[in-house]
Amino acid sequence: MSLTSKLTSSIGAKAVMAVSGVLLMLFVLGHMLGNLQIFLGPEQLNSYAAHLQGLGPLLWLIRLFLLAVLAAHVLAAIKVWRDSAAARPIPYSHPGSVQTTFAARTMLLSGALVLAFLIWHLVHFTVVNDPALAALKHPEGAEPHHPDVYAMVVAGFSHGGVSLLYILAQILLGLHLSHGAASLFQTLGLRRTGKAPSRVDLFAKAFAGLIVVGNCSIPIAVLLFGLGEDYLFSVLHAQ
Amino acid sequence: MELTLHVWRQAGPDQPGRMEIIRATGISEDMSFLEMLDKVNDDLIRDGVEPIHFDHDCREGICGTCSLMINGIAHGPEEGTTTCQLHMRSFQDGDSIYIEPWRSRAFPVIKDLVVDRSAFDRIMQAGGYVSINVGAAPDANSIPVPKEDADLAFDAAACIGCGACVASCPNGSAMLFVSAKIGHLAHLPQGRVEHERRLRAMVAQMDKEGFGPCSNHFECEAVCPKEISARFIGEMNRDFIRC
Repeated sequence: MSLTSKLTSSIGAKAVMAVSGVLLMLFVLGHMLGNLQIFLGPEQLNSYAAHLQGLGPLLWLIRLFLLAVLAAHVLAAIKVWRDSAAARPIPYSHPGSVQTTFAARTMLLSGALVLAFLIWHLVHFTVVNDPALAALKHPEGAEPHHPDVYAMVVAGFSHGGVSLLYILAQILLGLHLSHGAASLFQTLGLRRTGKAPSRVDLFAKAFAGLIVVGNCSIPIAVLLFGLGEDYLFSVLHAQ
Repeated sequence: MELTLHVWRQAGPDQPGRMEIIRATGISEDMSFLEMLDKVNDDLIRDGVEPIHFDHDCREGICGTCSLMINGIAHGPEEGTTTCQLHMRSFQDGDSIYIEPWRSRAFPVIKDLVVDRSAFDRIMQAGGYVSINVGAAPDANSIPVPKEDADLAFDAAACIGCGACVASCPNGSAMLFVSAKIGHLAHLPQGRVEHERRLRAMVAQMDKEGFGPCSNHFECEAVCPKEISARFIGEMNRDFIRC
């Protein structure tokens, strides 16, 4: 069977969604582990950031790969959504379901909102449209110019609104993962039970919970427990 | 019992349809759901009103002809039960009951609650068979089949092709039906030979008929009157990706 006809079939589109989902899960996990180094102090986080920046062309290769994976995930989602909508042109007048979940029914919405957050997050933190962060990204003096990522994170999360948006996005991501991380096993034919309880469901809930708790711990630590407050103060006064 | 029925009425395939309110009176809780509709139709005919058209045949829960979305659940509220085997004791006196046809682009409405399920027949014609003449039933155990495989094949073969899986799937997917038909043959030595060809042909026909993709809601197995497990969908996915 040709690869094209396989990929454009209903099962193939879901396989693309599942495989790209696994890769995005690995990215989300790696991203979180990288960020959690904030609890090890400014030197650790900044040297990790400098190490990533030091990858040079390889970093761009990784970025392009991730972009392609994300594009595949979104395109597969659009196909599944369109085909599903076309398959039932007239809806039922009485709603009803037996065992589907809220997370499963809202995958498209949670996914779209996480994507919107991702774009905002990149503009806010990587492209940097926030003047307060821009000064920390390009500190004067030190050669070569290494951004003070630790101070940027603390400054960013010191805004209640930014932290709230971030936490909301993590909860949506957790919702998305709680279905997606289990669903992918069925899509790839690795689940042997149907809906009946499987270790797969436990894995998905644990993974989603880990990501939400891990990622939310940073804004909560900054906002409520004053993580890095003194450091940011000293950096801003040194400038 | 007295009931308020909200029933989909549609004069023909290309006619507009709408939900109509019909009172059901003198209903016994010992009636099956279809006998309740028979009683309602008797009254409608006596009043000179067009009766409600619905599919039914064996009324024993084995033919797969009856259908009906009852209060949003395919074959109604009882688990592992076809509409014909559902009894009115599952409802309360004075209840409102919404009765709608299977909703799927691949199952166009013929009249009222009757839908055209020949899309399933075309999927079967695409490959849901063993194409060699295997003759009469062989002697028992002349071809050894492991017990687990025999059980799985039998579980899948219990599919009566009613279409409840499609009707209940939020995506209008036919994956449970197709995977049961494929899984039934794939677990037996006679069916294994043509497995890949059958799989490709039936999945292609399923997509062509306009059924949706599977998002793993597992609504299909919850409403399946034969309680067929969605594990067969997983097996179909695995084999399709590999072939």
